[in-house]
Amino acid sequence: MDKIRFATVWLAGCSGCHMSFLDLDEWLLELAAQVEVVYSPVGCDLKIYPENVDVCLVEGGIANEDNLELIHLVRKNTKTLISFGDCAVTANVPAMRNMLGGAEPVLKRAYLELGDLQRQLPHEPGIVPELLEQVLPVHEIVPVDIFMPGCPPDANRIRATLEPLLKGEKPLMQGREMIKFG
Amino acid sequence: MSVKTLTINDTPVAVEAGATILEAAKQAGITIPTLCHLEGVSDVGACRLCLVEIKGINKLLPACVTEVAEGMEVQTETAKLREYRKMTVELLFSEGNHVCSVCVANGACELQDMAVTVGMDHSRFSYRFPDRPIDISHPSFAIDHNRCILCTRCVRVCAEIEGAHVWDVANRGEKCYVISGLDQPWGEVNACTSCGKCVEACPTGAIFHKGETTGEKTSDPGLLDFLVTARKKQQWIR
Ligand code: SF4
Ligand code: SF4
Ligand code: FES
Repeated sequence: MDKIRFATVWLAGCSGCHMSFLDLDEWLLELAAQVEVVYSPVGCDLKIYPENVDVCLVEGGIANEDNLELIHLVRKNTKTLISFGDCAVTANVPAMRNMLGGAEPVLKRAYLELGDLQRQLPHEPGIVPELLEQVLPVHEIVPVDIFMPGCPPDANRIRATLEPLLKGEKPLMQGREMIKFG
Repeated sequence: MSVKTLTINDTPVAVEAGATILEAAKQAGITIPTLCHLEGVSDVGACRLCLVEIKGINKLLPACVTEVAEGMEVQTETAKLREYRKMTVELLFSEGNHVCSVCVANGACELQDMAVTVGMDHSRFSYRFPDRPIDISHPSFAIDHNRCILCTRCVRVCAEIEGAHVWDVANRGEKCYVISGLDQPWGEVNACTSCGKCVEACPTGAIFHKGETTGEKTSDPGLLDFLVTARKKQQWIR
């Protein structure tokens, strides 16, 4: 059997879910033996999301143009897309800016009202991705196959989600161990 | 005392006339999920989590405010009810701003627990991200309306147990929210005795002790029932 092509992506989140993934400690060695890591900020140097990915953990909500472009590519090229952690599942803390209204009031608040020196709005088209009006959970943009809430989901929950997938089975996301938010 | 007999999930139950379906179920050892129900105060049927199916009635009825009747056949665990409960919890999450990871009640919240109970792993409804205020004018407590699910437990404990009636519900639909006094800052409401009962009653992190940070709120809703029993029956039991 071919090895499972495994990826992780980091969108609008704090990287805590990826840190929790690294908490898998020695099980990471077992995982590494069973999968080919084809894209991941913590496990691979490739800069372009490849084709034919079997399983992808997506951390973070969709907050800017970059996130939006990447999530569409991830969906197109991935069999099993997992919303990994509360930011992906609910938009969570990054979405607390949504309560201020659109992108403009948020930028003004952060860069003009609260700025100290050289108050100016960031504007570097093609370099600094533009903010979307609202931060949204992944499944409000593309279909998601598995939801793994938690801020962050602890290593046990990550392992219990991935293990069945390695055997070609779907994990049962049920009960406090698997689906508690926060 | 007259008695009514009925079946709940095909189990025969005999209860005092006037009891609610929720009380009858409890007596039969059957758990019906609830959020706005609080032992010790009246029921209002606000959250709709306790909906049940009754044979011969083509709409779902809330168990906490529906009286038992002779020969009633009640079902509490059908596929339809499970689906509706899950939707109800998803609606509660998407209606307000429930950011569990930074909430005072993280780990001790009845809404968060209910998501686990009904098996909600995400919300199928779009989050509304409403703009809601926080009132920290009271010297000891605070209310964050972002986390309020409008269960009105605070309204009822304050009116019925403390007798102060500080809280009420204003407006309708998406504008609906709980007010203190005549829609004044809580700290300016003289009627408040600072007893803290509403803090214990609130199922979420909406009302909390000032100074509590993430995951530090531990409420004790059972305290309220204890007080009522102590007063009415002179029994100090928990
Ligand atoms: S502290 Fe006591 S008196 Fe004040 S609002 Fe809460 S329940 Fe009512
Ligand atoms: S403040 Fe708490 S107790 Fe009062 S209605 Fe809101 S959720 Fe219920
Ligand atoms: S517990 Fe019956 S409607 Fe809330």
